[in-house]
Formats: sequence, C-alpha cells, structure tokens
Amino acid sequence: MTFSPELEARFAKMLQSYPPGRTRSAVVPMLLYGQDEVGYVSQELVEEVARRCGVTPLQVDEVIGYYSMLHRARLGKYHVQVCTNIACQALGGEQLYEHASRTLGLGNKDVSPDGLISLEEVECMGACSWAPAIQINYDFHHLVTPERFDRLMESLRDGSYGRKAS
Amino acid sequence: MADPVKFTIDGRPMQAAPGTLLINAAKEAGIAIPSFCYYDGLALQAACRMCLVEVEKTPKLQVACTTPVAEGMVVQTDSPQVRQARKGMLEFLLTNHPLDCPVCDKGGECELQDMVFRYGAGESRYVESKLHVDEKQWSPIVFYDAPRCILCYRCVRICGEGLGVGALGIGNRGAAAEIVPNRGDHLECDECGACIDICPVGALTSGTYRYKTRPWEMEHIGTICTHCSNGCKTTLGVRNGNIIRANNRDRSGVNGEFLCVKGRYAFDFNENPERLTAPLLRAGGEFKPVSWAIALATVAKKLSELKARHGKFGVIGSNRTTNEENYQLQKFARLVMGTSNIDHHRTGDFATLLDTLSGRANALATTADVYTTKAALVIHSDLAQEHPLLAFQLRANSRHHKAHVYAVTPGPVREDNYGTGVRADPGREFEVLATLREKLAAETELIFLFGAAIKGAAIRQLVEFGDSLGIPVKYICLLDYSNSRGASDMGLLPDLLPGYRHVSEIGLDPGMDCDQMLSDPNLEALWVVGSNPLARQSLGATNAFLVVSDLFLTETARRADVVFPAMSAYEKNGTVTNVCGDVQKLSRGPKTMGTKSDLDIVALLAREMRADLGPTKVDDVFQEIRRTVRGYENLPFGVIETGGAAATAPVHGPVRFESRPELIRPTANGLFTSGTLGRFSGMLNGLIESPGALYRDPHVRPVIEFGSGQLEMVQDK
Repeated sequence: MTFSPELEARFAKMLQSYPPGRTRSAVVPMLLYGQDEVGYVSQELVEEVARRCGVTPLQVDEVIGYYSMLHRARLGKYHVQVCTNIACQALGGEQLYEHASRTLGLGNKDVSPDGLISLEEVECMGACSWAPAIQINYDFHHLVTPERFDRLMESLRDGSYGRKAS
Repeated sequence: MADPVKFTIDGRPMQAAPGTLLINAAKEAGIAIPSFCYYDGLALQAACRMCLVEVEKTPKLQVACTTPVAEGMVVQTDSPQVRQARKGMLEFLLTNHPLDCPVCDKGGECELQDMVFRYGAGESRYVESKLHVDEKQWSPIVFYDAPRCILCYRCVRICGEGLGVGALGIGNRGAAAEIVPNRGDHLECDECGACIDICPVGALTSGTYRYKTRPWEMEHIGTICTHCSNGCKTTLGVRNGNIIRANNRDRSGVNGEFLCVKGRYAFDFNENPERLTAPLLRAGGEFKPVSWAIALATVAKKLSELKARHGKFGVIGSNRTTNEENYQLQKFARLVMGTSNIDHHRTGDFATLLDTLSGRANALATTADVYTTKAALVIHSDLAQEHPLLAFQLRANSRHHKAHVYAVTPGPVREDNYGTGVRADPGREFEVLATLREKLAAETELIFLFGAAIKGAAIRQLVEFGDSLGIPVKYICLLDYSNSRGASDMGLLPDLLPGYRHVSEIGLDPGMDCDQMLSDPNLEALWVVGSNPLARQSLGATNAFLVVSDLFLTETARRADVVFPAMSAYEKNGTVTNVCGDVQKLSRGPKTMGTKSDLDIVALLAREMRADLGPTKVDDVFQEIRRTVRGYENLPFGVIETGGAAATAPVHGPVRFESRPELIRPTANGLFTSGTLGRFSGMLNGLIESPGALYRDPHVRPVIEFGSGQLEMVQDK
C-alpha cells in the first residue's frame, strides 16, 4: 500500500523519530494520518501500519479498539461529533445530540446514504467553556443551539460550509 | 553475585538477591500473596491488583508482583488494609463475572473461585445488571466467554511470548474490553490450547473438554505424549476408561506446562471407532476376527516351522513402542528367531552422530540444556512446527537469558523473529555456516540442533565444523516420533544390538535393513510392529506371511495374514526416550477392550513357541535394560519412577555399523500431523491450520534468499 508523497515523507520522518526498537510508537500517528487520507482505517491500512512498525495486525487492532477517534468503517465526508459529556450535558448537549439524530435521521456512528454526513456522540473535547460544542472533522463549533446546528448542516449540504464564517 | 538484600515480610527478617520481586521473595518463605496476572516466566503485567501489600513508609499499597525487594523494606502482606483491598478487588472482579460456577468447566479448579472463597466478598454492593456478551467459538478448540474474563492478560502473554504466535490481543477498552483473536472472528494459530489452560477462570474453554465432566470426577494420570519425539509430559484426565482431556498443569516433566496441540488434544485417536479390538486372521482373502489364542497359535506355528527350516524372517519395529517393548522385540528376533533382520523407520542418523562423538562426554544436549545454553543453532528444521517443545525452550531461553539463536533453514521459520535467520537451500547448509563462523565462534557455548537432511558424512562435517569453533558444542540429532531414539538405543537396527554394540558380539551377522526386507522376494515372513511401511512401497515377497501389530487397519495391516490389535502408548506402562535422550515413564491411563501391549504380544508369542525371553513384566524388563544396555546403566530409577526425566549417557566408544544415510527418511510431520495416529485424530484433521506447512510463517519478516543473490541476515532484535 502506498500513500501520497507528502504522507510517505511524513511516515518516513516519523519512523525515525523514536528510539531504536520503539517503532511501534508510530502506530497511533500513522493510523490517524492514514485514516485522514484513506477516509477510514481499512484492513489494508492496518496491515500496512503493522508491517511498517514491526508489529502484528492484531496489535494494531488493539490500538484501534482503544481509541475512539480511529474508525474501522468509512465515515461521512463530514463527521459531526456532538459532545454529551458533563459540561455540554449541563448546557443542552444531550438535547442537541437528540435533535441532531432526529433531524439527520442518523444514529450514533451512522452515515447518511449519500455519504455526506456521519454522526457520533462523543465524550469531552476540551471545549467546556463554550458548551455545548460540536466538532465537524477537525473544526470546533461552539455554543451550538439547535438552530445553529441546522444552519451548519444546511451549509454542509449546499457546499457553502467552510467558505464563510459559520 | 551481588550481596543479598535484607528486608522484613510479616515481621520475619529475610534476604534475597537484589531484583527479586516481592511476590517471589514471599513465596520462598512460604507466604502466599494472591495474584491472577502474575505468572512465572511471563512479562510483568500488574493488571489484576490482587497482590497489593503494605510497604512501610510508602503511602499507598504496592503491587508485590512488580516491586523488587529493597534494603530495609518492611512489608505487611496480611494487614487489615491489605485484606480490605483484596476483598475490594474481588468485589470489582465479580461485578460482571457471572455466578455460573455450577455449570462452568473451571468450577473446582478456578483461581477466582478459590480466591473468593479465601478472601471474598460473598456479597456485592452492585445492583446494576450485568453486561452480557454471548460466548464465541474461535476454533474447534478455543471458546471464549467474555463476561467470565478478568483480563489478566495471561493468555495474551503465553501466546505472544511463550509460543511466539501472538494470536490473542485485547480489543476495546473499559467495561467493553475483551480478548480478541487474530483473524477477527476466529483464530489462526498453533491451536496449542496454552491460553485455555493458563486461564485462571473459565473464560477460555476447550472444545474437547467443555461440559463433559467436573475436574474432581477424573483420575489424573501423568504420562508421556505419544506424538512427536520431544517427550512432553501430559496429564490425562481419565473418567470411566476414557480420556476426557490432557494438560500438564502440575508443570512436571521436561516440558513444564508446555504442550502443543497434539499433546493437549490429539488423544482422540485412542477412541477412534476404527481402533482394532480383536485379532484378525485372513481366511479366504477376508479378515475374520478371532480370539487371541487362535491368532497367537497361528503365528507361533508359522514362525516355529520357519525357524526349523531357517526360512528368511524379518521384523520392522516401531518408533512409538516403549523401550521395554523394543528391547524384547529385538530379543525375539535375535534370540528366538536367530536373525538380525530387524530395523525401524529411521527419521534421523543418530548412530552416525554417536560414532562421530565417540569418547566425548557431555556432547549430547538434554531438553533442559536447550533452555540454559548461551547460544543455539538450528539447522534444517522448522523447529516450531516439528519440535514444538525444543522451540518453546529456545524462545524461553532467549527471553529469560538472552540466548542467541541462529537458524539455517530453507524457508522462513519462527526463530527468525527473535534470532538470526539465514536461508539455505538443502545441501548448501555448510556454505551458510561458513559465513556465520565468526559470529558462532564468538559465542561461549553452542547447541547444534540438526534435522534429517544432515546425515551420514554431513554429520561428520558438522561435528568438524563444531570442533573448529573452539568452543564447547553439544548436539541434538532431531528425530520424529515419540520413541525413535529408544528404537535406535534398543537395537532395532540390523547391525546394532541395544546400546550400539555390534551384532557380531552375540555371534550374528548383520541382518537386512528395512528396504532390503521389503524388497527381498525370498522373504518368507515379516512381523511389522506399529509401523506402516507398505504405505510407501509394496512388499517384494508377494507370498510372505505378514504379521502386523497396530492400533488401526493401516495399509500394511490390510496386507497382513494376522493382525494383532495393539495398545496405544496411553494404555500402557513402560519408558520412552525422547529426542534428547531423556528417559521418562509412561503410565497407563485408559484401556481399550481386546487390545494387548506389544510387550505382552512378544512375550505370549515367545511362550507359545516355547522360547525363553526372560522377564515379561515391564519393570523387570526395564531393570534388565538398566543392567545390560550401555547408556541406560546409571539411570536413576527413583527419578524415572516418580515421573521425572533422566538423561541417558550413550556416548562411549566408536559405533561399528554401516552408515546408510539413504535409509533416513524425514517424516515432515508438523504441528498438525502425526503419522498414522494423526490420520485417526479427528481433532487434528478438523483444524483449519491442518495439515500445516513446514517453513511457513505469516508473521515472519522477509529475508533475502541465500543462493538467489546477495546473502542477507535478519539481525537479532
């Protein structure tokens, strides 16, 4: 399996950044960057990371099972993560998640049929001061009300997301 | 050695070597600190928190399994605080552990059950409903019940470290964490079952044993596995004359608790419905079951008549029968029939090695040596497949003592993963050895383990190479089958008597070897004991009277005139000698109606022919062996009698014999095949890994082939 030249360069550098015999330390970052490029952690990616880090595919799977931000199934183009942990919960995070689930017609970790949006209920993202918070791919959105949420989803659908401040 | 460290446990002043773990120091003094995850010989885990102890001047309780003793340390292992902690840990473990002990296979020998009984926590403060996960089957052998699992990681470690397979891991986390197999929903591994036996609870159970019995209903009989030549001790759980399971949880014998799939599960051949249970006599082209009296009388009459007119008679012995049986069988051929036409399927050229090493002491390595040697070289054997115990010993040695392991093999082997692997096409081993010379000579000692490809002159060349290194070298000539070494030691060879003395010493000429007997058109009678030579060639003497003793109607038995139903090794007493020359005792477990041991068959036949074969009882024959067979004379009877292993010392003087390397036929039995017995083991044949392939390992790192370009070695990790 080969990656883009940029990622290959990144991986090459990464494998050099740990002390000798500790290449398995690169498993987590390789999976994260690999996931971004492939779209999800495919079996092929697992085997490739295992081979490059000198571990068994099972050992890579153990890591994936442990970290919730590594996904074995393909996600939507926009992965919408709604926090329902304590601070967000106190400020309506749960209602926001329910609203999201109802309006999008998606359950936890479901992907919309067009592959555009996937929804996930997540634990604390460290944005408690601006609760309730959601994250779309790597971008935070703070103080999200159901109305604001709907506008955000609309911008995902009409392609305007990211082109103007939300 | 560094000065011992002084410390106090439960008010008792003690000392131990620096670095000793608290849990072991306490154990030495007879103080048991409970633990689940700590396991002797495996990496430290500190996962279960059962071994918490109070260490003075340390604010929190410490885990005894990873804390080394320190000077002046004052430890309490049974203070109220410690007791409360243990009770608390057990309460945590039981929050999701089902209370299904009455139907759990582990009930009665469960470590969690024992701990709760001792320290527990009979009542729980948890009222939440338990998280149920359905039981999973990962292979015909391995079943996993996640709710019972206490996540001690023992199975993960024994599989990864002990077996070098790494087929088990931990998936998910927190309350959802569970053991996962390497192929998603199933296992692809050695199927050795070590994970099942090492499991302290009933989370991992075996397909052969589950729901069949309670542990206390079985009789536990320690005997020696009848499959490969490594001679592992296996404890048979026998109930009502049937073997229900095999394991070695008392860790006795040369193998400790190691067993491969054959030792642990391939006992089912013993109860195969195709087992012969009555003598068969050919009458009008058909087999007819007859009584033992008729079968013995028929054979005795035929052989007596043959003997009277000096007709050509031969014996092909077995690689699985006991030393006593082999010894008496060759006596029958030589003393009763007056011929040295006796041989066995030779799976390695041990006699040549013995001759080459003549006059040296300590030149043959024992099973224990493989675990303690500083370095070892495997030549032309896929050790993990063909000699699983020796491979296990080497891996443990590398892990515990940092032994250097080299492997010179035609294909990738598991030893490559932790040692230096070099590829060598058959016949080019010595070219590769020459390139390793410098590294090998830098070792302080070595054991050479060589497969059947090294035979005849190559053995002499190998010993020469060993001598040229200038360091002490010991040798192991790798053989297959449980008593190949015993067959050779006991004189199942046409020119050698027991103890490798030449047949001329008793006034006989060297007899015919296996191939000669099978092809000689003038052979009049042949007795084949526990061997199946007609599977690969037909009998030259088409009219020869053929007598076969075996467990099953093999290709050879089908051609027989009389077939004696023989007992398996699990059904008899006696001794066997493993590939390293360790002599161990078989103990009778189950019994199959109608069968007899080969010792009894030989004795009865001799009596029927009015010949005197001397002792008839196993113990008496063994005493005669100890009196008369070189190498066996000083065997400590007590050690063997109590289930231990004692090494023979057969290296004396030159061995006079005709080297016949072409008779050496490697069996290529791997982990999932075992000659005739393997064919009749439904368990072995039912595994997806079966029959397995030599020199293949999916996890092995790529190595550049020798002979196909540049030579490159996989370096020590």
